[in-house]
Amino acid sequence: MTARLVSARLLTAARLGASTERAPRWAASLLIAMTIAAIVVPTLASDGARDIGDVLATRLVPPFARDGRGVWHWLGTDAFGRDLLVRLWTGARISLGVGVAGSALSGALGIVLGAIAGWRGGVIDRAIVALGDALLAIPRLVLLLVIASLWGPGLGVVITVLGLTGWMSVMRLVRADVQGVRALAFVEGAEALGVPSWRVLRRHVLPNALGSALVAITLGVGNAILLESGLSFLGLGIQPPASSWGNMIAGGREWLLVAPWIALMPGIALVITVVACTVLGDWLGDRRAPHDVR
Amino acid sequence: MHRFSSRVLDALLLLWLVTIITFALIHLAPGDPATLLISPTASAEEVVRQRTTLGLDDPLPWQYAQWIGGVLRGDLGESLVRAEPVARIIADALPVSLFLGGVSLLASFLMGTMLGMIQALRASRRADRVITAVATAIYAAPSFWLALAMVTLFTSGVAWLGLPESLRLPAFGMQDPAADPASIGWADRWRHAVLPLLVLSVPGAAGVSRFARRSLLDAADAPHVQAAYARGLSRGEIERTHVLRNALTPLVVLFGLTFPGVIAGSVFVEQVFAWPGLGRTMLSAIAARDYPVVLGLTLVYASAVVTANLLADVILLRLDPRRRTT
Repeated sequence: MTARLVSARLLTAARLGASTERAPRWAASLLIAMTIAAIVVPTLASDGARDIGDVLATRLVPPFARDGRGVWHWLGTDAFGRDLLVRLWTGARISLGVGVAGSALSGALGIVLGAIAGWRGGVIDRAIVALGDALLAIPRLVLLLVIASLWGPGLGVVITVLGLTGWMSVMRLVRADVQGVRALAFVEGAEALGVPSWRVLRRHVLPNALGSALVAITLGVGNAILLESGLSFLGLGIQPPASSWGNMIAGGREWLLVAPWIALMPGIALVITVVACTVLGDWLGDRRAPHDVR
Repeated sequence: MHRFSSRVLDALLLLWLVTIITFALIHLAPGDPATLLISPTASAEEVVRQRTTLGLDDPLPWQYAQWIGGVLRGDLGESLVRAEPVARIIADALPVSLFLGGVSLLASFLMGTMLGMIQALRASRRADRVITAVATAIYAAPSFWLALAMVTLFTSGVAWLGLPESLRLPAFGMQDPAADPASIGWADRWRHAVLPLLVLSVPGAAGVSRFARRSLLDAADAPHVQAAYARGLSRGEIERTHVLRNALTPLVVLFGLTFPGVIAGSVFVEQVFAWPGLGRTMLSAIAARDYPVVLGLTLVYASAVVTANLLADVILLRLDPRRRTT
């Protein structure tokens, strides 16, 4: 096994140039294309595609077919006769937006708290680490469910809650990096020169510590999108008639046997998006640590 | 042993912190369980009376002290909605979740490790790349959506695809509702369990396989493995004693890390398949603002996570002597 493994390892290294560069490029192009589609498609769509009109003539049209009025639907229509392609991209606005905003918020919190903990040390450090450990001990979904339902579902609450429950891993990374950089000679030199400590932290320490945080934030986007869809599926996230991929799947649930495409399409969009975010995040992570190419 | 007891102490402190956080979160939230329990036509005075009977008017620290005092005596309080002790509600739901979680955790580790081994042996070849791609996609799929897809496939999908009728699986509940409860056999229960277990264990296996593959490749790469080859040891012996053992010990850590994911997954699976486990109990308790039940369940979840991490640490120490000195 090992001989084969070692030669396989060499093969991997030889192929790295081709395969690892292609996948993240695909992922990035895909995410950019999806963002553009999310911005453009709902704007271009006619009002009839989004509004609930002549329900009986237009509802539950399968993909690639015309409804009773002769209008073409690429992905079919839902139980209210709304065009699923338009709804999918309207939902993408919220799903992608919540994913990026939620992950960015948790990243910002993690960077600030991690920098404070790593820089100050002592009681503050221990308090922040303990808070993080305690929040990690509660499964994130449970925490999300409790907060989101008690504070009332909605866009703002979902983003805030994602931010408040996701900062722990970024905090740990930044804290470790700050502690590491802090011990280096150039930081000591800057302090000896009388540079105020917040400035040392901002100019010299944080830039060195941000790389790993960025990787964690990128990987967190996919996770945040998944969690938002889960909350919305349970009715605790984005509320209809606003559409997110999660509540579209929830809406398609009762039509599974008659019109499975209603629940299927948003799920496929979710999987593609999350995979793209993972590939991109992994690639960023590998680039940061060149000695570990796999 | 001293290290172990200090770890247990840490874990207990952590759990105590968890109770404070959950208690604060729940009680600082807007909304009033009293108004949900009482009839909508009730007067303001009746609401006030209800609040007083439930003890919701007491100062928060006092309420917390009373609750935590009860917990220390093994009393999780009384449900606001179901007039039943919280401990009994949890005890009723626990076996369902334990069954789902236990079997699927076991299955995902078995499947995942096997897949990881296959991939490591065929690293960078087509089999490896196909499995990696499929595993990444499955791992990225939300469990509730996977559940709905499986339901469609194994109910109406069976007919569309012209598959044998025996592949039609029940998609709802734990047993046949029409059958006499006394006569329900294990066969029926297992048929009902197939889809929920599949939805829980397949993504788990996908995650484990990614980890196992990487861990095996790393272990096979170590200098001491090459040295073992140079000494002329047989390949089988090297695989067993030098590669596998080193590669699989990190999986123990993964066991602890996967636990929260299994719990979260089971919330969705129990909801979709209508299994009366902890997840469903949690969802209904949250909806009804049944504070004691939510608190009790969160404590159970957190204890499970903390215990799993502690166990993983201890087992790792036993398996990997290198960690004992640090």
